[in-house]
Amino acid sequence: MTFTDTYRQPLPAASGAPAIDLRGLHKSFGQVHAVDDLSLTVRPGEVVAFLGPNGAGKTTTIDMLLGLAQPDAGEVHVLGMDPARAIAEGRVSAVMQTGGLLRDLTVGETVELTASFFRSARSTTEVLARAGIADLADRRVEKCSGGQQQRLRFALALLPDPDLIVLDEPTTGMDVEGRRDFWTALRADASRGRTILFATHYLEEADAYADRIVLVSHGRIVADGSAAQVKSLTAGRVVSATLPGLTSAQSDALRALPGVLDVELRRDRVLVRTSDSDGVARHLLTHTSATDVEITARGLEDAFLALTGDAQPATAATTDTTTGSLA
Amino acid sequence: MSTIAATAPAAGVADRTPRRGLVSLTYLQVELRRLVRNRRTVIFSLVMPPVFFLLFGTAKEYRTESVGHANVTAWIMVSMALYGAMLATTSGGASVSLERSQGWTRQLRLTPLRPASYVLTKVVAAMVLGLASVVVTAAVGLAKGASGDAGRIALAVGLAWVCSAVFAAFGLFMGYLLPSENVMQVLGPVLALLAFAGGLFVPLGDGLFATIAKFVPTYGVAQLARWPLTGTGGGSDIDPGNLALAVLNVAVWAVVFTVGAAWRFRKDTARV
Repeated sequence: MTFTDTYRQPLPAASGAPAIDLRGLHKSFGQVHAVDDLSLTVRPGEVVAFLGPNGAGKTTTIDMLLGLAQPDAGEVHVLGMDPARAIAEGRVSAVMQTGGLLRDLTVGETVELTASFFRSARSTTEVLARAGIADLADRRVEKCSGGQQQRLRFALALLPDPDLIVLDEPTTGMDVEGRRDFWTALRADASRGRTILFATHYLEEADAYADRIVLVSHGRIVADGSAAQVKSLTAGRVVSATLPGLTSAQSDALRALPGVLDVELRRDRVLVRTSDSDGVARHLLTHTSATDVEITARGLEDAFLALTGDAQPATAATTDTTTGSLA
Repeated sequence: MSTIAATAPAAGVADRTPRRGLVSLTYLQVELRRLVRNRRTVIFSLVMPPVFFLLFGTAKEYRTESVGHANVTAWIMVSMALYGAMLATTSGGASVSLERSQGWTRQLRLTPLRPASYVLTKVVAAMVLGLASVVVTAAVGLAKGASGDAGRIALAVGLAWVCSAVFAAFGLFMGYLLPSENVMQVLGPVLALLAFAGGLFVPLGDGLFATIAKFVPTYGVAQLARWPLTGTGGGSDIDPGNLALAVLNVAVWAVVFTVGAAWRFRKDTARV
């Protein structure tokens, strides 16, 4: 419907450049290595989830991506340029987790004020409508719910019509309905071809809204692939049992059971990842001398552990071999 | 979705060069609206100073007694106008504290607005409120018996406003320095104390307090603003030596607060 509008002329420097290009980022706070040799390239138009537990380094990475923090080492390019320039030109905007709003302004005033910082911006009516809060223009920010405030932040991010929107845990503290409304608004906008990167620690959010999931843990990318690929990591259950002296024949027998995805041996314990935990448990108890059989659901944390190779990368000197690509 | 062309949002924003100009008029308007909406600010800067004037400045003998070029009532009027302007500009500057704690300044860094524009807009808004405060107090004062050389009274009122800029810098400095959510709860009493110590409310006479007063930030601005009324001699308690001291006091504190504010401001906007 808007095809009559003029297409933006990309800057020569920016044409063909990745939307996000992070190379070898390092950032420490005292003894804590928050971001540890992180590299990531996002192509224009991708919707990427930056998934990881709290403290994985997501916010630190986003701060560096937006030029709010300076990396100790490494390079940041946003749309082929320095983050500060990308922000000054309104090519990238961000929705932060909390704060950033003046409580005594109305929703409409906040949007109009922010619009005035840009040389040209989308109209207040348009961005409010796109964020799904057109009816709240006259409400004071302090009277808005967490979800409404978050959609206001999203409306502000839409003002310069950016090529890239970065969202840092956008649905923290929202109720189920607020969360759904927020993602509906974002998803509708993403269909227009904007590049989106959002940080989250909810696998369901990443799965439902992203084309690509980047798993981060301890400041490193531990997996990078499609939602289905990452989800498969967390599918099924793990049956573990103490089974000293596991023979290769026994191991092959386990592997041959229906639903078994993976068999791993850690000292005396055998770990079987499977979609049919009952079958594996029955086999272990009836056909082997296994003891202490445990069945656990395989969660995201478990996937992280598996991907980071059990031990945490203790030093920055650890080689890159811990990075498992799912692609 | 995979080609570069398709990735650009269908309709683009035409001009991406950042805005020029240091003060955004829209932002200034919004800031002024916020100041007026804040009941506490309105009471402190627009209601309290004229009320203080009415309480302390309108006694019968004050209207007849001269300080040189105007009556004592006018002298008290200028003092209260300065006090109101000080409160207004300090609270305007100090509001950066709340905006930092609310993450607004961080949000601004995600827009093309330059940090210097933000600070300048805050200062201009604070000075506009200070002007309103001075005008209200002067209007009440002139209606209630302040009289004397009209030109000198006008100059004194103008100086009171100009001098209050020192406190915009003070407020800014404190706003960046103090982590407190409501800095003015601390700075309000501090300003009242400074006003007493600097001889803004009551004449200092001579003695230990008068000596100490010369180093207080309110001393210089008070002496300077009231100088047109008292003049340089004849029945005045100010001699030219003190005027030079007053100017020096204003200059030193203006530099201290401005450098302090600039230092904290740079620290605040530095990328970490």
